[in-house]
Amino acid sequence: MSRLALLALLLALVLPAAPAPAAVSPDEILDDPVLEARARALGRQLRCLVCQNQSIDDSDADLAKDIRRIVRERLVAGDSDEEILAYLTARYGDFILLRPPVKPATWALWAGPFVVLALGAVGVALFLRRRRGREETETALAPEEEARLARLLGSDSPSS
Amino acid sequence: MATVTGEPAAPRRSRLVYLVPTLVFLAVAAALGWGLTRDASVLPSALIGKPAPDFRLPPIPGRDERGFSRADLGGRPVLVNVWASWCVPCRAEHPVITRLAEKEGVIVHGINYKDATEDALAFLGGLGDPFTRIGQDRDGRVAIDWGVYGIPETFVVDAEGVIRYKHVGPMTPRDVEEKILPLIRELEREARGE
Repeated sequence: MSRLALLALLLALVLPAAPAPAAVSPDEILDDPVLEARARALGRQLRCLVCQNQSIDDSDADLAKDIRRIVRERLVAGDSDEEILAYLTARYGDFILLRPPVKPATWALWAGPFVVLALGAVGVALFLRRRRGREETETALAPEEEARLARLLGSDSPSS
Repeated sequence: MATVTGEPAAPRRSRLVYLVPTLVFLAVAAALGWGLTRDASVLPSALIGKPAPDFRLPPIPGRDERGFSRADLGGRPVLVNVWASWCVPCRAEHPVITRLAEKEGVIVHGINYKDATEDALAFLGGLGDPFTRIGQDRDGRVAIDWGVYGIPETFVVDAEGVIRYKHVGPMTPRDVEEKILPLIRELEREARGE
């Protein structure tokens, strides 16, 4: 009984940690666990061109399966990860990479959010500074203004 | 005195206050409008301007004995159409290809993608066979070398064997009139050295 409870506890601990099931079917998996791990890592970086927002590792599309197979074949043949990515981008362009490479054509893409953030910060700083300036001028009256105010108030209400 | 020097500056600044956000809005709206109206399923080919990949495909058994390979490209501009009998848009496109081949005298080669021999033969037998060469790509490997991601896809290959254009999806008569045929004619002139 206590052993069963222990088993249940262990399962409860282990199951949530299990990785999300990939579309990789058992017959695709390589015997060498190191190569398979590299294949999985590559598969997660590669876009399925049919479904576009899934990686080839997650997609059941035929083309994703074909590309998974090519990745594994080339790994077994001894290609480096970079060589495999180069092989695929030569055919499908950078679009097959889920993470766009940093190059002149993508500088705007990568820097854009930071530029917008910086512009926003400048805008907020200007706004705050101008408001503070206005508050100061509004609170501090020049001596002649005070005198005029006193005169006006004095003429309106002789009691003061 | 202060009001006199301040006066010309004030209207200019207030105009800027309206102008800058309007320009920013228009720029963002234009970018989003472009993003929303373009067809995201059509991808630019990485192979435009590059020589066609090296390949050698066997024939569809029962059609011919030659098949289709890289050596068949070059000499004059051609179309390379990737098709399958199970692909419904390919069926819709077939009369357009037939017209190009028979009426316009354009050479069209075919890559028969992941198809069963009998199905491919039945397709050609039933709808006609406008192709000059056909190679059978059973595992889709050659199609991947061509950067194919969804058939039908059609490539325009010039007389030097360089891929000049790619059309994704079925070609309509309008695509042929406006893009494919003018490009083929231009490449033919180019090949003749005009």
